[in-house]
Amino acid sequence: MGATEQTGPEAARPIVALTGVAKRFGAVRALSDARLELHAGEAHALVGENGAGKSTLIKILAGLYRPDAGSVEIDGRPVAFAGTAEAKAAGIAVIYQEPALFGDLTVAENLFVGRQPKGRFGLIDRAEMNRRAAALLERLGVRLDPDRPAGGLSIADQQIVEIAGAIALDARVLVMDEPTAALSGVEVERLFGVVRSLRDDGAAVLFISHRFDEVEALCQRVTVMRDGAHVSTDRMDEVTVEQLVRRMVGRELGAMFPKREVEPGETVLEVEGLSRAGICRDVGFTVRAGEIVALAGLVGAGRSEVVQAVFGIEPRDTGTVRVDGRTLPSGSPRAAMRAGVALVPEDRRLQGLLLDLSVMRNATLVRRGRLSRFGFLTGGAERREAAEWTARLSTKYGRLTDPAATLSGGNQQKVVLAKWLAANPRLLIVDEPTRGIDVATKAEVHRLLSELAADGVAILMVSSELLEVLGMADRVLVMREGRIAGELSRAEATEESVMLLATGQEAAA
Amino acid sequence: MTALLKRPSRGTAAGTGSTALDLALRFRALGLLIALAVLVAATAAVNPRFLGLQSVQDMLFAAAITVLLASGMTVVVLTRGIDLSVGSVLGLSAYLTASLLSETGAPVVLALLAGLAIGAACGAANGAIIHFGKVPPLVATLGTLYIVRGLVYFAAGGSRVNASDLPRGFLDFGNGSVLGVPYLFLISLAVLVAVAVFLAGTRAGRDLYALGSNPEGARLVGVRAGRRLMTAYVLCGALAGLGGVLHAARFGTVDASAGHGLELTVVAAVVVGGVAIFGGSGTVLGAGLGALLLAVINNALPVLRIDQFWQQAIVGALILAAIALDRLVGLRAARALRRKGSHVD
Amino acid sequence: MSTETLTARLRDSAAVRHLATWDAAIIAATIAFLVVAAQTVEHFGTARNAGYIILDLAPILLLALAMTLIVTTGEIDLSVASTVGLTSAAMGVMWNSGIPLETIMPLAVVLGALLGAVNGLFITGFGLPSLAVTIGTLALYRGLSYVLLGDTAVADWPRAFTGWVLGTIGETQVPNVLIPLAALAAVVAVVLHATTVGRAVYAAGANPIAAAYAGVPVRRLKFWLYVASGAMAGLCGVFWTLRYSSARADNAFGLELTVVAVVLLGGVSIFGGKGALPGVLAAVVLLTALQNALRLAHVSTEALTVVTGSLLIAAVLAPNTASAIRGALRHRQRRTV
Repeated sequence: MGATEQTGPEAARPIVALTGVAKRFGAVRALSDARLELHAGEAHALVGENGAGKSTLIKILAGLYRPDAGSVEIDGRPVAFAGTAEAKAAGIAVIYQEPALFGDLTVAENLFVGRQPKGRFGLIDRAEMNRRAAALLERLGVRLDPDRPAGGLSIADQQIVEIAGAIALDARVLVMDEPTAALSGVEVERLFGVVRSLRDDGAAVLFISHRFDEVEALCQRVTVMRDGAHVSTDRMDEVTVEQLVRRMVGRELGAMFPKREVEPGETVLEVEGLSRAGICRDVGFTVRAGEIVALAGLVGAGRSEVVQAVFGIEPRDTGTVRVDGRTLPSGSPRAAMRAGVALVPEDRRLQGLLLDLSVMRNATLVRRGRLSRFGFLTGGAERREAAEWTARLSTKYGRLTDPAATLSGGNQQKVVLAKWLAANPRLLIVDEPTRGIDVATKAEVHRLLSELAADGVAILMVSSELLEVLGMADRVLVMREGRIAGELSRAEATEESVMLLATGQEAAA
Repeated sequence: MTALLKRPSRGTAAGTGSTALDLALRFRALGLLIALAVLVAATAAVNPRFLGLQSVQDMLFAAAITVLLASGMTVVVLTRGIDLSVGSVLGLSAYLTASLLSETGAPVVLALLAGLAIGAACGAANGAIIHFGKVPPLVATLGTLYIVRGLVYFAAGGSRVNASDLPRGFLDFGNGSVLGVPYLFLISLAVLVAVAVFLAGTRAGRDLYALGSNPEGARLVGVRAGRRLMTAYVLCGALAGLGGVLHAARFGTVDASAGHGLELTVVAAVVVGGVAIFGGSGTVLGAGLGALLLAVINNALPVLRIDQFWQQAIVGALILAAIALDRLVGLRAARALRRKGSHVD
Repeated sequence: MSTETLTARLRDSAAVRHLATWDAAIIAATIAFLVVAAQTVEHFGTARNAGYIILDLAPILLLALAMTLIVTTGEIDLSVASTVGLTSAAMGVMWNSGIPLETIMPLAVVLGALLGAVNGLFITGFGLPSLAVTIGTLALYRGLSYVLLGDTAVADWPRAFTGWVLGTIGETQVPNVLIPLAALAAVVAVVLHATTVGRAVYAAGANPIAAAYAGVPVRRLKFWLYVASGAMAGLCGVFWTLRYSSARADNAFGLELTVVAVVLLGGVSIFGGKGALPGVLAAVVLLTALQNALRLAHVSTEALTVVTGSLLIAAVLAPNTASAIRGALRHRQRRTV
């Protein structure tokens, strides 16, 4: 990977330079001292754990947030973007993890929103627009009908459409927030081909990823962030992955993943032949008491969908789910809850919390029936229960009546955990349990999971963080494209073995 | 099956998905046309005079104002909004322009401009409350529905403007026609075409679809939401204002209750016309056809010897049928896309 | 650091208190208005007039009780007034065909519940937006009432019943209807604020997805709320018919907007998840008393429509503006530091 063909960009002035950037949201400090320089013709990797402040940094570049302190310079001139339009005008294009296309508009329209070519009478020239869109897509080597609605495109195709939009803009800076998270191996290669050619044409690329093989394959320079601050910037060929990981975590791995060895007990969860059309197919596995089983794989591989089907949020087409030998009916979270299943969902704000309601209401929602007398609730029992469980998880909040929205991400996650732990589950399913929370809380959540397992709770964990999977799991089930691609024991599971199964590259090799 | 082999097949799936969705969308307008044709044919079969000049003219007169207001409402509904104040705005404009004419004998053009201006002002107020005050459109325009209606009552103070007070030329304009087509309907048709061109052929128009389709995404790509929303509500208000002038010209007699309850008919026309109540999809042509369908039903009932009292019930049933149908088509299209585009097959 | 947490605390608790403020403000405004009006408007403060006010607010209150629950779940029911009209018209038809009133009254409530179930089916069964569905049934139910009765009225209702509705308890000036009204309001207040069902209502409105993840049967809950709303409208139809001794197709025409206005004015968020019944009750009293006072003072009731509309917008605008100002102040503060 010709990573060194660049001539010392240190000499040239950077296109983008951020120095001492700080940003806070209410009580949460997202960035304290962020630094970043992007040079023409160079791909720059930004790595850091979830919650390190990468997304906030990107949103400042995109003009979505204004920094509280620090400076942003473009070509040496300080700028203060008042909105996304200004960032765009400055040549910065951002491709988000989840593409933000307009499902009701056509592919071509999505490429040219606000910049549609005009024909007679100043009206949009659709034929011209479709031709240009087709040419752009052709240049990227994809076959997409520019006149079809964007709704229903695969994530990979949506990203290609967004990149095509950036090219149409003549963007000089291409920012990509985990673009490969949902892509298969071939799709990643195609994407990288496109990005390399843009880079070689003189664009500056900022690439955020959790996958070091990709970072090494694409980038010449790498910046590490931790807890909202800049840690280091190096030439890619001058650092090792081990060094980067140590800087990201900022502490010994053992402290992050306090996994206790537990002798697994009887089988708690048995899943057989679970299928949902277009989502997952013939998934089967077991989880035993005291065991932590990780469900790994790429985003979009169907991991969350599987645990949702197990819990009954989504109905299943075929297959059986048994908890302690009793079959759960399809599509009934209540039945799953009665059987002792708890699910801490992946998206805390969307699926886990009632943000406008109080900490107390959130913490006791699941247990409201148990806390009532003949259905009547007077408040006392709820207050006691909420206070007890939030204290057990050392949750920090003002008072029990504060809306959950006022808490930091880590404390919000603790409220969600408290809500389910209060129900004393037999099987605890956690979907991305440490997404977007700070490192200290992360370690606390890991310790908690470890203790629960030691107490005999069966734990099924979905995680996109390889370190978390490797550090916490007794067994790793790797999913690919809706199926279980393989199972690895704690001893067998390494970064490589999991990724090989997840991307399916071992089949091609 | 390797990913390499999958790519082209997904490409073709995308192609068929496109035509299926396209068909569904076009089918929507087609469906309305068929419904209209069937209704007209059946009614004409019962009584051929239904297709007579007088009868057709009556229908066009009746449809003119709803078509006009439905055009404006479409623009607002596309942005995930709604404007419940249109009936009141029409009333205000009708009363004020009629008084203006009766007192000063101003020319028709001036009345039209005055009506547009009054409506635009009300629309601007709606837009400002919704965008700057962050008040949900339903609440904001429910509020202005009351306020504007109150203003009409204040202005009227129990009196009304009679046809005899209005200039001859104005009433001729309201009841005249060219080649059998009422002036009023021609105006509505011109507005409908203009709005259709605006929505389909201008950047601002496409921005409205983008806003309704994905408000967050629109912000990310730099669509100026404030300006666009203001445009939508001002346009909707202005057309309601224009509708007020047409109402005054058509009926001559204007009291404070003009346009009372009209907002529901207009929303019904838009929904029946296939504009999604949650924004992003639908056309003004569909809304116009919806308005026309409602007018034709209204006029066909007496011919078919169906009790006039059935009219409203039919409108209600039609709304329910329309949204249920749209939902069904949407679900099927989504399922087809998911099947074809999925990783597992 | 300590000042930082202190200001954060203050802001957070202010945000919490704000939830209660609108309630408190509307209740205070209602009491203040009653006191001032009793002093300044002739005949307003009499027991007899209070009785009239209660009779006038009864239909709004009945519909607002169920509407509060529905809006708190993030939905809306615009068909309530048409349901009143249709049950009233149906009562007229049944009475004309000789069915005794004792049978008609429960049937009317059941009919209302069925009409509500139709709404619920379309909304929760087919997943259609409640705004569109209930605009549809608004037209449909009103249309069906015209189909039943046309523009005629059925007015020969037995004195025993109409008299009771208009009557007072014994020698006092307390209207008979006050007791069932108060009982219903109390039941709804307890259900909303002190039962597991109430908790589920708030959860479903605050975040239906998270509620489903916590085992709240969101769709089933909403379905039954629409049934309840329909039943309340049926009861309101009975009341309206007997109160005015007239079953007509256009009974309670347009009342849905007043009911929605009262609920929002009472501090219930149109987005769901927020609000409390006391505020709504105060708003019902305020609006009816205001109307009554204006009539007594010979001010045109049209003024009321302007006031209602303005209050409605202000109810949402005021907190938004306040938080915007607070945000701007915070921003300035940070920049100066």
